[in-house]
Amino acid sequence: MTDTPKAPPTTAPATDTAVKPPLLDINGEPMHWLVRPMTIKLLWLGGLAMLAFVTWLGTTIYTYDKFTLEGTIGFYSWYGFVTCVAMVVFAKLLGLGLSKKDTYYDK
Amino acid sequence: MINDVLSMTGNVLVSPSLILILGAFLVPMAHGWARSALTLALPLITLWAIWQVGDGVQLTASFLDYQLQWVEGSKLSRLFATVFAIMAFAGGLFALNQKHVLELSAAFVYAGSAVGVALAGDLITVFLYWELMAIGSTMVVWSGRTPDAGRAALRYSLVHLFGGLILLVGIIAYIQETGSIDFVLMQANSFATWMILIGFLINTGAPPLSAWLPDAYPEASWSGTAFLSAFTTKTAVYVLLVGFAGEQILIWVGIYMIFYGIIYALLENDMRRILSYSIINQVGFMLVGAGIGTEMAINGAAAHAFTHIIYKALLLMSAGSVMYMTGGKRKCTDLGGLFQSMPFTTLAGIVGALSISSFPWTSGFVSKSMTSQAAYDGNLMFVWFALVAASAGVFLHAGIKFPWFVFFQKDSGLRPKDPPWNMKAAMGLLAVLSIWIGMQPQFLYALLPYVPDYKPYTKAHVYEILQLLLYAGLAFFVLLPLMKRTMTITLDFDWFYRKLAVETAQSLSQTTSRLIAGYMWVRNNVVNSVIDLASHHHNPKGLLARTTPAGVMMFWVVVVLFAYLVLYLFL
Repeated sequence: MTDTPKAPPTTAPATDTAVKPPLLDINGEPMHWLVRPMTIKLLWLGGLAMLAFVTWLGTTIYTYDKFTLEGTIGFYSWYGFVTCVAMVVFAKLLGLGLSKKDTYYDK
Repeated sequence: MINDVLSMTGNVLVSPSLILILGAFLVPMAHGWARSALTLALPLITLWAIWQVGDGVQLTASFLDYQLQWVEGSKLSRLFATVFAIMAFAGGLFALNQKHVLELSAAFVYAGSAVGVALAGDLITVFLYWELMAIGSTMVVWSGRTPDAGRAALRYSLVHLFGGLILLVGIIAYIQETGSIDFVLMQANSFATWMILIGFLINTGAPPLSAWLPDAYPEASWSGTAFLSAFTTKTAVYVLLVGFAGEQILIWVGIYMIFYGIIYALLENDMRRILSYSIINQVGFMLVGAGIGTEMAINGAAAHAFTHIIYKALLLMSAGSVMYMTGGKRKCTDLGGLFQSMPFTTLAGIVGALSISSFPWTSGFVSKSMTSQAAYDGNLMFVWFALVAASAGVFLHAGIKFPWFVFFQKDSGLRPKDPPWNMKAAMGLLAVLSIWIGMQPQFLYALLPYVPDYKPYTKAHVYEILQLLLYAGLAFFVLLPLMKRTMTITLDFDWFYRKLAVETAQSLSQTTSRLIAGYMWVRNNVVNSVIDLASHHHNPKGLLARTTPAGVMMFWVVVVLFAYLVLYLFL
């Protein structure tokens, strides 16, 4: 067995400047920019910033509050969130009893 | 002679509704570009005719001993008739490449009847158009041309014929009671008026018969559901605004419908059923407005009916476009990622979703909030809190859920293109209207029955709605794992007539069959045995029936006498 000279590398060694392979979608095509992980991360950050901004906006105006609860800080923010959570949870609980396979009436 | 039957009291020669209804029969006779031209022209001519109708009774007709007020104009009736004609035009444009012309004809009869109800001045005319509407809409559902559509159309027609029957009973009793056929404000304080109210409510999708709507509408064709979303429930809202404004029970029925629509839509997987449940939800808002009954509330309900017809048709057209281009896919579990290849349809769906959610600068913002304001002004605290929560819930179930699961979420790998030009044009028209009304509400407000004292674009209102909707959006994405779509349906009241009644009938049938089988066994094995036995002994040769010689009888008599003698002597 003789030593054979190593073949020269066919690709350049990895460096920080190497181009990453494009992310592919389910069809093997380059992923749309809107659904790339980085975009989604940015959308979350932007969304959270916007949430904070609109809550702050709500505190900048004086409104006449007829009902006690309405006068609480950030009422429309927390009320919107809490009632939506309640509706989803209620729907899931209802679904435990009433959900059937979508072929239920076909039998 | 015709003057004996028809009588003009205004400048109306013929009811605008007849333009669509009679024109519907011409549509199948035309072909190619002529059919397209007719399809687009009929609603536009109807719209022109509607705006020739002045206030008050315009056209009467003799019927039996009654003078029907065939056409009667008011701001409210023109508002509803106008949006019905707009919808007929947009729906016709969307359906230009629908191969089955029967659907378009039925849809025009349906739309024309809705215009007829809106312009009717008496209860008999309302009823006649009401029933014609039921026939037209049933045909639209049936035009889906699938076995499921056929069965759904049958159930739909049964519910509506039942509702029509109740309405008829109410109208007859009302005429007996009052001697009048005028369609005016009533109170639910007698058998007659309760029957009329129930008859109207069945068409709104009110409990307990709400399920007819999500059962039937999604089974229509890709173009048919857009028509269906516009007329039946909104004519019901119109007649409630005319006949029962201020009836408090409508507030509670409306609130039930609002939350029923949200909860069931949250559990639903079929995109068109999601939108159908959201029709019930939105009509609930209108019923609350009708129930509050103040000028602000009636304006709110009427304005919301107008805007809702436009944005709901837009939503259902975007869903219909997805169906059309994907070969009939309707379930969220089969869809996703379509924004990449259907950008126009996605945009149309998003505009519709923002409008239904009352996002600022869209039509829903300037209409729905009037009802909330009316509840607030009337110190209806519980109602107001419920409406605010429901506004967030609408964004949750229709504003985000529909576009998210259809156009975004996980990539289904489907890459259908946007639909043909006419479908895009119809969606474009409704999207532009939704935004235009949202940005220039004064044009809609000018059509309302009362002069509105309402400014939607205050800083406070815009900030409040933005907070409410954006935090509802946060709740959606935080709870996304709970919203994962499954291949399920949620049982509803229709279970009673689709399952329980069917299984009870089958069970009764089996029990009856067993009883008949038991009877046959008894007949064959017991009765027949008795008959055979009797026949055996009583046939001409049987022991008890055969003829025997007199000597034999004498012999047996001697035997018996001898036996008697023996017994007498020895015992």
